[in-house]
Amino acid sequence: MTRQLNTPTDRGYSLVMGTLAVIGLGILIVPVIIVLLSSFTSSTVLKFPPPGFSLRWYEALLDPVRSRHVHVALSNSLWVALSATALAAILATLAALALNRVSRPSARAMEAGFLSPLILPGLAFGLATLMYFSILGFRPSLNLLIAGHIVVIAPFIFRTTLASLTQLDPALHESSASLGAGRLYTFRRITLPIIAPGIAAGAFLAFVASMDNVPVSLFLSNARTNMLPIRMWGMMETTLDVRVAAMSGALIVVVLVLMIVMDRLTNLTRRMSM
Amino acid sequence: MSGAATGETAGVEWRLAAPLGLTYLAFFAAPLLILLVMSFSVDDNLGGFSLAAWAKFWGDPFYRGVVWDTLRLGLVTVAMTTLFAYPIALLFIASGPGLQRLLLFIVLLPLLTSVVIRTFAWIAILSREGVLNQALLALGLTTAPLNLLQTELGLVIALMQIEMPLMLLPLITVMRQIDPSLSDASRALGGSKWRTFRKVILPLSLPGWIAGATLVFASATTAFISQTVIGGARLVYLPTLIWQQAMVVYNWPFAAVASVTLLVAVLAGVSLFAMLGRFARTA
Repeated sequence: MTRQLNTPTDRGYSLVMGTLAVIGLGILIVPVIIVLLSSFTSSTVLKFPPPGFSLRWYEALLDPVRSRHVHVALSNSLWVALSATALAAILATLAALALNRVSRPSARAMEAGFLSPLILPGLAFGLATLMYFSILGFRPSLNLLIAGHIVVIAPFIFRTTLASLTQLDPALHESSASLGAGRLYTFRRITLPIIAPGIAAGAFLAFVASMDNVPVSLFLSNARTNMLPIRMWGMMETTLDVRVAAMSGALIVVVLVLMIVMDRLTNLTRRMSM
Repeated sequence: MSGAATGETAGVEWRLAAPLGLTYLAFFAAPLLILLVMSFSVDDNLGGFSLAAWAKFWGDPFYRGVVWDTLRLGLVTVAMTTLFAYPIALLFIASGPGLQRLLLFIVLLPLLTSVVIRTFAWIAILSREGVLNQALLALGLTTAPLNLLQTELGLVIALMQIEMPLMLLPLITVMRQIDPSLSDASRALGGSKWRTFRKVILPLSLPGWIAGATLVFASATTAFISQTVIGGARLVYLPTLIWQQAMVVYNWPFAAVASVTLLVAVLAGVSLFAMLGRFARTA
């Protein structure tokens, strides 16, 4: 027997670590559950537990007249997120192909540069883009938001694609080439199918990051180009509008469904902890 | 042939890297350069060179206090996140595949939940009539409701929800690679569980912790929505200051100074964690 009997200090260890883990998991999950339940409240104020349940806030959210601004913000956010993710996926995949298996210092520096938006404070970058575009004389538009979002979300796709490329056996390329296949053909038939789940997982994270982006949207959006998180922030700052809870409930369900689908398709949960 | 995937000796294929590189140059490097120039300028049209904004920022103890508060918020959040992330990671390692999948799901969920939603939830939990106060009053742990909104403690609790996944993912990745027989050997040789944790698990998981701590520090110091909504008007951090100066006061050079300060402060913090990592490896 290699294990010794549990001493009192060992039991203390298990108790302390177990308690902290339970509290920690509670901090992660309880707020999500509370928002979901609060969104079905029948009351006009956000209170937990709700005095009664109703769908009134979901109805208010769907009302085309009362919630027109929310709908505009949602469609703006979706358009920007879809465009930025599609463009970032192309750019980041090409860049990952360029830097794959290159260990020169110049390649390492470029890799660090492409990943740096993950670490640099987004708010400083957001303000920088506002100053930059205003000095160039551009008026606020969704296209500027797309440009700003690409920079912020491209690292997610670049990282997952680079990781999936390292699992690609170079011998596959050589055999494909020696059999007379062109480079584009090899990419389409060999490389792309193997790295596609990596690109998809990164694109999913990028899409969510764009939908949720505050630092860039805060500075580049205005009344006409309002974005969903900024709109929701405004609703929360002024009146603690319960529609925010309904919007939250809807978004949580959408993300949950997307997460399960993506997990099936790309093994997202495992990819995130590799 | 200079294919990107032909082997370790291949060079960078610049034609493939160029599209993203040029995009970053135009929309990332250039704006940051303008930000730096703006901080040394007289007005928001880059009218002329001036050190006035820098002198005003660093000459005022209030603004110096804001810088210090922001850095402290980052460090306290890293410490608190560490306290809960290690037990969760240990639980993860000890679990079977089914429970591991569920735990990863719980860890990923906050990361994919909108920042505004998360903040909204914490108001419902931390306010005077909130869930936490109701629970504490019901359990008799406090006689009067605690005021947690607009306090640093409340803000750190709310930040922990989003920062914990950033710490946990690299930590779990590294702790999975630790050979379990090392812990078994320590236990067989008479080491208590505490000692095994301190002498085996903690040192071996340090690279994962450093990667996580870097992300947590960078993210907590720039969490604008949490800082303004939970912190309210009483707690001012650099992101709030930047937003006010840029969009309310319209003092762009001053907002640029605050932004450059935030950039440098975060980079300094990140390099500090990186140095800690190198030191830990050589020591």
